[in-house]
Amino acid sequence: MMHFLLLFSRQGKLRLQKWFTPIPEREKKKIVRDMTTMVLGRKPRSCNFLHWKDLKIVYKKYASLYFCCGLDAEENELLALEVLHRYVELLDKYFGNVCELDIIFNFEKAYFILDEFLLGGEVQETSKQVVSRSIEASDMLQEVSERPCSR
Amino acid sequence: MPAVSKGDGMRGLAVFISDIRNCKSKEAEIKRINKELANIRSKFKGDKALDGYSKKKYVCKLLFIFLLGHDIDFGHMEAVNLLSSNKYTEKQIGYLFISVLVNSNSDLISLINNAIKNDLSSRNPTFMNLALHCIANVGSREMAEAFAAEVPRILVAGDTMDSVKQSAALCLLRLNRTSPDLVLMGEWTARVVHLLNDQHLGVVTAATSLITTLAQKSPEDFKTSVSLAVARLSRIVSSASTDLQDYTYYFVAAPWLSVKLLRLLQCYPPPEDGAIRGRLTECLETILNKAQEPPKSKKVQHSNAKNAVLFEAISLIIHHDSEPTLLVRACNQLGQFLQHRETNLRYLALESMCTLASSEFSHEAVKTHIETVINALKSERDVSVRQRAVDLLYAMCDRSNAKQIVAEMLSYLETADYSIREEIVLKVAILAEKYAVDYTWYVDTILNLIRFAGDYVSDEVWYRVIQIVINRDEVQGYAAKTVFEALQAPACHENLVKVGGYILGEFGNLIAGDSRSSPLIQFDLLHSKFHLCSVPTRALLLSAYIKFINLFPEVKGTIQEVLRSDSQLRNADVELQQRAVEYLRLSSIASTDILATVLEEMPPFPERESSILAKLKRKKGPGNLHPDLDENRKERSANGGTADHSSTTSNAKVLLLSCCLLIRMTHCFLIVTVTSPKVAASPTPSTDLLGLGSTITTQNSAPPASKGTSLLVDVFSENIAAFPVETPVAVGPVADENFSRFVCKNNGVLYENQLLQIGLKSEFRQNLGRMYVFFGNKTSTQFMNFAASVPADPTVDGGAQLQQILNIECMSDFVDAPVLNIQFRYGGTLQNVAVKLPITLNKFFQPTEMTSQDFFQRWKQLGAPQQEVQKIFKAKHSMDTEVTKAKIMGFGAALLDGVDPNPSNFVGAGVIHTKTTQVGCLLRLEPNTQAQMYRLTLRTSRDTVSQRLCDLLSEQF
Repeated sequence: MMHFLLLFSRQGKLRLQKWFTPIPEREKKKIVRDMTTMVLGRKPRSCNFLHWKDLKIVYKKYASLYFCCGLDAEENELLALEVLHRYVELLDKYFGNVCELDIIFNFEKAYFILDEFLLGGEVQETSKQVVSRSIEASDMLQEVSERPCSR
Repeated sequence: MPAVSKGDGMRGLAVFISDIRNCKSKEAEIKRINKELANIRSKFKGDKALDGYSKKKYVCKLLFIFLLGHDIDFGHMEAVNLLSSNKYTEKQIGYLFISVLVNSNSDLISLINNAIKNDLSSRNPTFMNLALHCIANVGSREMAEAFAAEVPRILVAGDTMDSVKQSAALCLLRLNRTSPDLVLMGEWTARVVHLLNDQHLGVVTAATSLITTLAQKSPEDFKTSVSLAVARLSRIVSSASTDLQDYTYYFVAAPWLSVKLLRLLQCYPPPEDGAIRGRLTECLETILNKAQEPPKSKKVQHSNAKNAVLFEAISLIIHHDSEPTLLVRACNQLGQFLQHRETNLRYLALESMCTLASSEFSHEAVKTHIETVINALKSERDVSVRQRAVDLLYAMCDRSNAKQIVAEMLSYLETADYSIREEIVLKVAILAEKYAVDYTWYVDTILNLIRFAGDYVSDEVWYRVIQIVINRDEVQGYAAKTVFEALQAPACHENLVKVGGYILGEFGNLIAGDSRSSPLIQFDLLHSKFHLCSVPTRALLLSAYIKFINLFPEVKGTIQEVLRSDSQLRNADVELQQRAVEYLRLSSIASTDILATVLEEMPPFPERESSILAKLKRKKGPGNLHPDLDENRKERSANGGTADHSSTTSNAKVLLLSCCLLIRMTHCFLIVTVTSPKVAASPTPSTDLLGLGSTITTQNSAPPASKGTSLLVDVFSENIAAFPVETPVAVGPVADENFSRFVCKNNGVLYENQLLQIGLKSEFRQNLGRMYVFFGNKTSTQFMNFAASVPADPTVDGGAQLQQILNIECMSDFVDAPVLNIQFRYGGTLQNVAVKLPITLNKFFQPTEMTSQDFFQRWKQLGAPQQEVQKIFKAKHSMDTEVTKAKIMGFGAALLDGVDPNPSNFVGAGVIHTKTTQVGCLLRLEPNTQAQMYRLTLRTSRDTVSQRLCDLLSEQF
């Protein structure tokens, strides 16, 4: 299973954090620190996999943003790379040419999309259409219910 | 403000986020946040009731602030209120807030649970999904208690929507991980297995994750999933790339599901049913074949997805380890990847090959790639890839290629990254010893190690080279010559001085015939290094000097002069001063004969497992080294082996035993023999037996061993064969009330009644153990006739204490402990006492330190269902962390810190030694202080061992 998923910028600013196991806040901060220093310190064209404690770390850079996840030792690294990619695709489809700012200003949406895709650290739905459809459906729900009260 | 907001768009939130982004300093940011917090607080506290939208907006702001890394201590109630809003968007934000922040505020849990319950029963799939996501995200015990029964119902209900089923499956998986005791298997299990047949591939994907986790824990219950998984896999593998529509990912058919199915199959041995097995083999072959086909897309996603399936298939092939052709094909495939232009693939290929190298079917095939791997070691740019190459070279090494691999690793060492040098040093040292046919090569290798990476050569490595040289006559002269030459380098590492000092002190005479290495030259050479060395090395050199005095009387004067100098005799360091004084005195007053005896060549070291291997295992894998042994050796080495030979006489004060022990062998897997005290009195380390009696009042009046040993030896050698089972008198109930207290400790009072107290002191090392049994007579009267079968005159005086020594050898794993039967006559009556001896399987544990990476790699390797035993139980004692740690260490396993991601869990590792095998054991103890429960998981390579250790240890908490 996946233990955590972090999105951070080249400057080490955390943009999204998702934890799939209960971890104390203090420990979380330490992990974030370790991940950013470790991943940002990698040379270009290094492999995308690292060992950190008992976890496999898989990371990939998309534009200015690093996507980084920690996996159980028996997980498949290559497929984890594609989990990251699929998430990027989902964000891209939703925001249309997603950029870092989309994720900053609509962080709650990034979490909602993630919840549709991954749950409990496992892939829930791999079909891009199905996930997008359910996100759109809930956006529809929002807009319908939003109008009367947002004025 | 950039117009990036989408959907409902909370303007206030966007403004706030821009403000934060525009802050120039951390202080400004904090100021802005505090202002916002004050604002929100006042809004929440204000008299005016907030509408849903405002509430949502403020809660969302709080969430943003929290995610920036600031503490949030209010707003939970408002978020909980949002949960019961009937507007989806408000509900959604409420759930997000709860999912992210709930652990810190659990007094709201019943309100939250109530809202979840309502949504679960709403029959609105969107609401149900939100609720299930929340349970899965939080996964707390309270939630498990509330919903562990409900979620399976939703999962298997006929009318549940597919998307809800998916959420329910993974939600249940999460609950099972966090509170397995609450997720009870029921009639739903069979129906869950059948989800593998579901029409909807998303449902199958989610269900496969759930089933895999459940099957790891109770494989029997999910056995039927094997055939379904094979069938499903076969359909995917044989489908055209377009068949599965949106589940095809970059021309690869359902890669996620395929990988999950292959993982599920790794919970089981190869299918027994020939047809299923054949079908699976076909699938695996197809996957291997596809790897050879030209890619359908140039995109890296295509190749990643395809190869992800391929690597998982190879993992399954390795796991089954039963089809030689598949194994060899897998190996060839990995061989191709070794030269792939993608760094990721090279990395994974090296890693996978490491496991293949340990299979007898594929070891040879792996070896054919040696040149490529060596090349990787030299040319890879990425240190993590080079690290895998080192691992693989180590794994593929055998007698045929050892020289080449060792040479390559040695030459790599000169340029190796600092982070991996020590490990390479250990690996080289082990390989050199393990595959040394010719020990001159071994000596050269170790000296090169010291030369290239002296700082990384741990003590174990140089102790070991000395042990080997001392034990092998044929290499001693060569070693002396080589160290002599090596020492001539103007700058040599201190470790080399240590080895050189020790070896020349022992065997300098072997090269003294050559005028270029005459005694005086040898001494001058060593002494030229003296002043640059640390105190321990100087101490060692002083011992080497006194040995020189014995070997070469002609340099006695020179050396005495050195010893006599103020810098030695008045050295500020007590140890150095003492050595100088004593050695000087010894050399002045002792006759040549005495000198020759005292300074005799070191006797061979007992053949033990290499301490280096143990060190590497401590770093990497199962290992075994008694810390005492190591200490002892260090001391002997540092002493130059001079002083210790006469010091053991005090051990001879072992008390004479005069009671007879009838060991009723309850299990032939354990051999317990009785030895005379003489054996124990031989120079073994740490047998200061006088110190041992502390558990029992000691008023020894029994005669010292020197008087009676020969008699006793005879007595026992005659009677030992007659011991088993022939108990002449009926034996009462076996006392075992103190038995479990000894599981985690070795010393203490085993048994006590009005007459007799039995104390124990025991030590175990690998598969051998020695137990000292002390019998204390608590009365003032003598015990007579300890047993009829001993013709001697065994008496135990009033108040006296006797000692019995038992030697124990563990032949194989066992459950039942032997029983000690004692008979004696007190007053007029014959007394019978039977006590279960606390010899338990865990006594033959040797702790193993390892990194978490290795731990979990091994943990995975021991993943077969029968290798794991798990027990969930209520705590019987207070759940104190330190006590628990002490118990685990007392149990014999190494307590591994920082291995488990959850710091409140305990993990341990060790190796059980029996005469025939060694069984690697991993254990994990997960306390749940709230519920006062523990979950204990044992994984070992043998099911009976897992079971027994789990039983023993679970009784301790």
